[in-house]
Amino acid sequence: MRGLGDLLCKAYLGAVLVFLYLPIAVMMAMAFNRSALYELPMQFDTKWFVALAQNEKLLQASLNSVLIAIANTIIATVFGTMAAMAIHRFKFRGRTLLQLLLFPPITIPWLIIGTSMLVLFFWIGVGRGLHAILLGHVALSLPYVIVVVGARVKSFGEALEEAAATLGASPWQTFWRVSLPIMAPGIVAAALFAFAVSFDQFQISRFLAPPGVSTLPVVIYSAIRQGYTPEINAISTIIILVSMGLMLIIARFYKFGGER
Amino acid sequence: MSVVEVARVSKRYDKVAALDDVSLTFGDGEFFGLLGPSGSGKTTLLRSIAGFVEPDTGDIRFDGKEVRDTPVHRREIGMVFQNYALFPHMTVFDNVAFGLSVRHAAATDIRERVMAMLGLVRLGGLEERRPRQLSGGQQQRVALARALVTKPRVLLLDEPLGALDKRLRQQMQIELKQIQREVGITTIFVTHDQEEALTLSDRIAIFNEGRVVQVGTPHTVYERPSSAFAANFLGDANFFVGVVAGMQGALGEIRVADGTAIYTRDPLPDRGAQITVAVRPEKLTIGPAPTSSGNGGAPTNRLRGVVTQAVYSGSSISYRIDVGVEVMVFAQNRTAQPVEPGTSVVLEWDPLHSVVVGP
Repeated sequence: MRGLGDLLCKAYLGAVLVFLYLPIAVMMAMAFNRSALYELPMQFDTKWFVALAQNEKLLQASLNSVLIAIANTIIATVFGTMAAMAIHRFKFRGRTLLQLLLFPPITIPWLIIGTSMLVLFFWIGVGRGLHAILLGHVALSLPYVIVVVGARVKSFGEALEEAAATLGASPWQTFWRVSLPIMAPGIVAAALFAFAVSFDQFQISRFLAPPGVSTLPVVIYSAIRQGYTPEINAISTIIILVSMGLMLIIARFYKFGGER
Repeated sequence: MSVVEVARVSKRYDKVAALDDVSLTFGDGEFFGLLGPSGSGKTTLLRSIAGFVEPDTGDIRFDGKEVRDTPVHRREIGMVFQNYALFPHMTVFDNVAFGLSVRHAAATDIRERVMAMLGLVRLGGLEERRPRQLSGGQQQRVALARALVTKPRVLLLDEPLGALDKRLRQQMQIELKQIQREVGITTIFVTHDQEEALTLSDRIAIFNEGRVVQVGTPHTVYERPSSAFAANFLGDANFFVGVVAGMQGALGEIRVADGTAIYTRDPLPDRGAQITVAVRPEKLTIGPAPTSSGNGGAPTNRLRGVVTQAVYSGSSISYRIDVGVEVMVFAQNRTAQPVEPGTSVVLEWDPLHSVVVGP
């Protein structure tokens, strides 16, 4: 019986992994297939990567995406960490409300957030462009950063900072020598989250991108509509590898559940 | 090393008085215990001295100098927290060195002082460990070394041994006291453990509802509690409520409800006044019921009763005895023969141990 149960467990786990990774695996395999029409048997070829390297539009969009993601990561991580510390270390009016209001943006569909940002940005004169996309991404990533860093701040409590103060450390010394090093794993994880949120963002970017300016997910979407080419498989393969790499780093730095 | 004075300090949280007009003076080099139930204000007082809590009114002075405007990190205190609050990302050495390092001491000086301090708390050889690799007792010592290495003016301990198991706690009590003597630092510690307070303290302050109920040496507060609360909180006590009946020579006589006389050496108020007397359970002795009630000598406390319960706990036996009211008696297990429940006995105690604790 036990052997059978064990077998079923393994079969189930296998099924889940196949379900999750088969589509991705097929796409990655086809990125290296000579045929544009998914013909088998597979013939190994890197011509789609070569074509990708010559596709100005895709490359420009990729560059935009990376620049926005980096800028977003820096801004959201710095401000999100400050906010997380404020929420967990200071008592101020409306603190509970603020904490409560952090969650809805995570659950509201991005399509709706994107639409509302487009309307608002037009109305107040921000307009469209990379700066608007960046603004939208920062707004979107902040709650994630605050929640991830906040869990860390909460887990180590005030006692360590108080201990540092009794030992003669000024608030500034306490921050650099105690709070920041202890928060570091949470901050790294939050930064990677912020990067991923921005880099994968489609809806908001699509709404806030003016004609002629684009980010990678938006270009991929348009390309699919106009006629699918295996170049998309190639760029997707690159993105998947980078994303999975990032997630593995997150998992390495940040044990989910808030263990220190 | 300093004299710490707390003068008429009050602190309210919403409507609740955490500290209500508290005045205490902690002498130079004194080991002072703050004892009380949770919420009695002892921790608030400790945190006020540290600077984490700002009193609403009153003064806190170190060597006569008001410290209200001195932030925590300039008060030159050492503090050991309940769960030690060791820095998890630093080694034992760096934890202990922290206070010197933020003061920009020279590296060689830091090394010398940290190693000396680790030697004092018997942690030599563990300086490269991380806090989580240490046992509870070792973590406690790191916390103590870290607090002492900067030569603070006063050492504050918040339930320092609370997280340790009983045997280790007793061992650490002895060590803590030795180290405190050696360093000679004024030490204020908070505890709710009465035995710990009695063992460690030169003087004790008993807190209740934000007020200091009694201050004194362990001997005084235990033997001469000034109130029923103090008698009950620090140790166990039997209470007899009666009225003052007059004097029998040097002894005061009190009549309880059933007419039994209780004698005390304490001064008594006027005849007819209601009064409560506390007697510690270990001050009572149990004897066999006498066949005659012949009593030639000076009056003493002698109550007849029946044993209702005998709880055997090895070195001692605790009895409950019905003398009209129920009385606790703690007896040494000398004969290995507990008195059986149902036995008629006579309880005796010296009038010296009848302590008047209030009306």
